[in-house]
Amino acid sequence: MRTAREYVNPVIENLPPSGIRRFFDLVANTKGVISLGVGEPDFVTPWHIREACFYGLERGYTMYTSNFGMPELRKEISSFVEKNYEVAYEPLEETLVTVGASEAVDLAMRALLVAGEEVLVPEPCYVSYAPTVTMAGGIPIQVPTYVEDDFQLTSKALEAKVTDKTKLLVLCYPNNPTGAIMARDELLEIARFVEKHDLLVLADEIYADMTYEGKHQCFAALPGMRDRTILINGFSKNYAMTGWRIGYACGHAEFIAQMTKIHQYTILCAPIMGQMAALEALKNGQSEKERMLIEYDQRRRFVVGRFNQIGLHCFTPRGAFYAFPSIKATGLTSEEFCEKLLKEEQVAVVPGNAFGTSGEGFIRVSYASSMANLTAALDRIEAFVQRYKG
Amino acid sequence: MCLTEKKRILEILQKDCRLSIEQIALMLGLESKQVEKAIQELEEERVILKYAALINWEKIEDEVVTAMIDVKVVPQRDVGFDQVAERIYRYPEVKSLCLMSGGYDLSVLIEGKSMKQVALFVAEKLAVLEHVQSTATHFVLKKYKSDGVIFEDQAEDHRLKVSP
Ligand SMILES: Cc1ncc(COP(=O)(O)O)c(C=O)c1O
Repeated sequence: MRTAREYVNPVIENLPPSGIRRFFDLVANTKGVISLGVGEPDFVTPWHIREACFYGLERGYTMYTSNFGMPELRKEISSFVEKNYEVAYEPLEETLVTVGASEAVDLAMRALLVAGEEVLVPEPCYVSYAPTVTMAGGIPIQVPTYVEDDFQLTSKALEAKVTDKTKLLVLCYPNNPTGAIMARDELLEIARFVEKHDLLVLADEIYADMTYEGKHQCFAALPGMRDRTILINGFSKNYAMTGWRIGYACGHAEFIAQMTKIHQYTILCAPIMGQMAALEALKNGQSEKERMLIEYDQRRRFVVGRFNQIGLHCFTPRGAFYAFPSIKATGLTSEEFCEKLLKEEQVAVVPGNAFGTSGEGFIRVSYASSMANLTAALDRIEAFVQRYKG
Repeated sequence: MCLTEKKRILEILQKDCRLSIEQIALMLGLESKQVEKAIQELEEERVILKYAALINWEKIEDEVVTAMIDVKVVPQRDVGFDQVAERIYRYPEVKSLCLMSGGYDLSVLIEGKSMKQVALFVAEKLAVLEHVQSTATHFVLKKYKSDGVIFEDQAEDHRLKVSP
């Protein structure tokens, strides 16, 4: 017998281990840590949503649903999307309920990509896009964005990377990890680029409902973009429902049908308990969502203000719940900064390069944490920075 | 400063009045001076009445007795319930007092060291007040939630320490 590793598919073996995973192990072995490294809300799922799940179980909702997801939920998703993002999808043919936005990303990559096709992935970005492209046989192409441009994606940056093999562009705004959002005019420029090169777009808009200073612009709602876009969203962030694992994809019926084929053979359907809860969230969850947003906004201003006071320049995030300050003033690399901060001050933040090479020189700080934690953590960071800034 | 901003300051203080003026200013994108001035005004207008901690006394004291007393009152010409209410709320034993709609008129919350002490207060002070028609005393057996705070809730963070 060969060694176990030799049996493993080299494509999988060669996937880089997540930078976050490595850091997670470090943090797990440190005592008394205040963690601002968490990519999920600190709120528990609102009570009425949890309760809807109990009642559903009581009434015996414990079975498979349609592969696409419960029709009632898809209808509710479709009208929510139309009302809030101004783009209409046929609930029964153009909407698919998935196991988190994560599954929807994977399905889209697998349904669309042919071996060797290229995908433009603007960075810094969420960690899943490049690996899912690779696993689907595609080639991820990094497109760096810069703090000098407020982390906006430009058609110029895209033109530099597009080739005749390019098929798909990934857009994630509001962005994890930078908190950047993109306004209509800037997105129109991207839409023209997409049309010019006849591309498709995977728009991961999971933070769409979490914007401050300005409303979210849905990419699919731009002229001509609806049928070129797979719109991905979910319940994890906006309704504080990460553990329920419910997301969705909307798009042209043909794309959704092909994605559903994979979903039906590999997943069958998203868990019914989560779907019942998601339905309740859409029907009655707006006020709790807004209440959480007001709190995030206060923490956002506090955190950004404190970083700028401390002397670490912090770009003003306008969406999601992350701040992405520059740590260049300390002369440390992102990883050095995070490791030393953890060791010396017991505060965990995520090195920016975990989100792509253009994230080097930054750290991701999640403000999904109580004011008490944020206050204490920023005081510790201040002490730390004073030692290193010299 | 506009009313919405003042309301935001109040909401923040109501949740945690130990936050500093600087912290509140950062949270709302205001100048410290503005926040300081607004708070001062709110105190002067008696919108903010005091800064207090919410305490679970049951953990510290062997016996704390709380009772809610429904009081029926004959309202008085010109002053309605206000005069009787004043006679009641002046007692330091009375922690809160509200005028109610429905089956009775005043709801009195009383705290004492023992059931006997509370009962005697009702019998000797409340029930005998002029215009008080009747009283019904309900003793609190257990407090689950007060001012929006669940007493037994462990505010534990179950999240992974780091996630993407
Ligand atoms: C940009 C982005 N997309 C997708 C996800 C995954 O979401 P879900 O829980 O719906 O799978 C996350 C979670 O961190 C994210 O930040």
